[in-house]
Amino acid sequence: MPDVPRPTLRDSLSVSLTVGAYGVAFGAAGVAAGFSVLQTCLFSLLTFTGASQFAAVAVVASGGAAASAVVAASMLATRNTLYGIQLAPLLRVRGLARLGAAHITIDESTGVALSQAPRGTAAMRAGFWLTGTGVFIFWNLFTLLGALGAKALGDPASFGLDAAVPAAFLGLLWPRLENNFLRFAAGASMVFVLLITPWLPAGLPIVTSTVVAVALGWRHR
Amino acid sequence: MSGSAMWVVLIATSILSFAIKLLGYLVPERWLANPRFQRINALVPISLLSALVVAQAFVVKTHVVIDHRLAGIAAALAALLVRAPFPVVVLSAAGASALVYHLH
Repeated sequence: MPDVPRPTLRDSLSVSLTVGAYGVAFGAAGVAAGFSVLQTCLFSLLTFTGASQFAAVAVVASGGAAASAVVAASMLATRNTLYGIQLAPLLRVRGLARLGAAHITIDESTGVALSQAPRGTAAMRAGFWLTGTGVFIFWNLFTLLGALGAKALGDPASFGLDAAVPAAFLGLLWPRLENNFLRFAAGASMVFVLLITPWLPAGLPIVTSTVVAVALGWRHR
Repeated sequence: MSGSAMWVVLIATSILSFAIKLLGYLVPERWLANPRFQRINALVPISLLSALVVAQAFVVKTHVVIDHRLAGIAAALAALLVRAPFPVVVLSAAGASALVYHLH
């Protein structure tokens, strides 16, 4: 890729490395949920959208049905559609390049691409492709390391993995709580899930929490 | 969950995630411009991530329980409040939880 501005290259690389390193946590979570090392790695290669991957293995770990796991993961992935809508006119991709772009359309590649706006369209495009492929490479590498590590360590509770997974979700949630309304939505969702947990089959309360999102988003506030 | 059901989760999640991503490149922008849809769509990840936090930290099967994982979540919260980076958040949760698990 010719003439990539240095700051764009630096942004893309630093995001790729730091975000990719979270793959360790996913690799460990996948194995702790009962998936094989191969299946855990396939999640990162094929699903490749972090929060959804965590959600799928978390629902399985909590004893939920396959459908609950798939629905929870897919609903968490819908924001990627909105990213694609923003990126399509910028990238102007067709054919195989479009499939490739779609696969690496995630929080980080979109975030870096949009943040390069002051440096021009070429920098935005470069930021998208560099960050997307960079995160893809490191995320998959670190998933493998995490999966192998968890397999070697054994009992998830004895090394704190059963708390590391909800902590990872809290870490993903935290930066989204930009105002009091969103903090209220998070708190309401948490209380709602705890209240319905005894009444629903395992795993289903997670998907059902989207009722709170619909209720709060229905009317203009 | 059976071995084949786990493959179903993996394959179905992967296919749907890709379809959801590709959709953004195929639909006209105005289709998703509905303000109500946008408001709800912005809240869905917050509800789901919140649900995942409590379901993973305070639930065993269909029971709400308080156990060693509470120490982990408390440590994670403390780390987030002092603006610690993500790996520190996860590692402090693991450390605190494992410590209480072994002391208990």
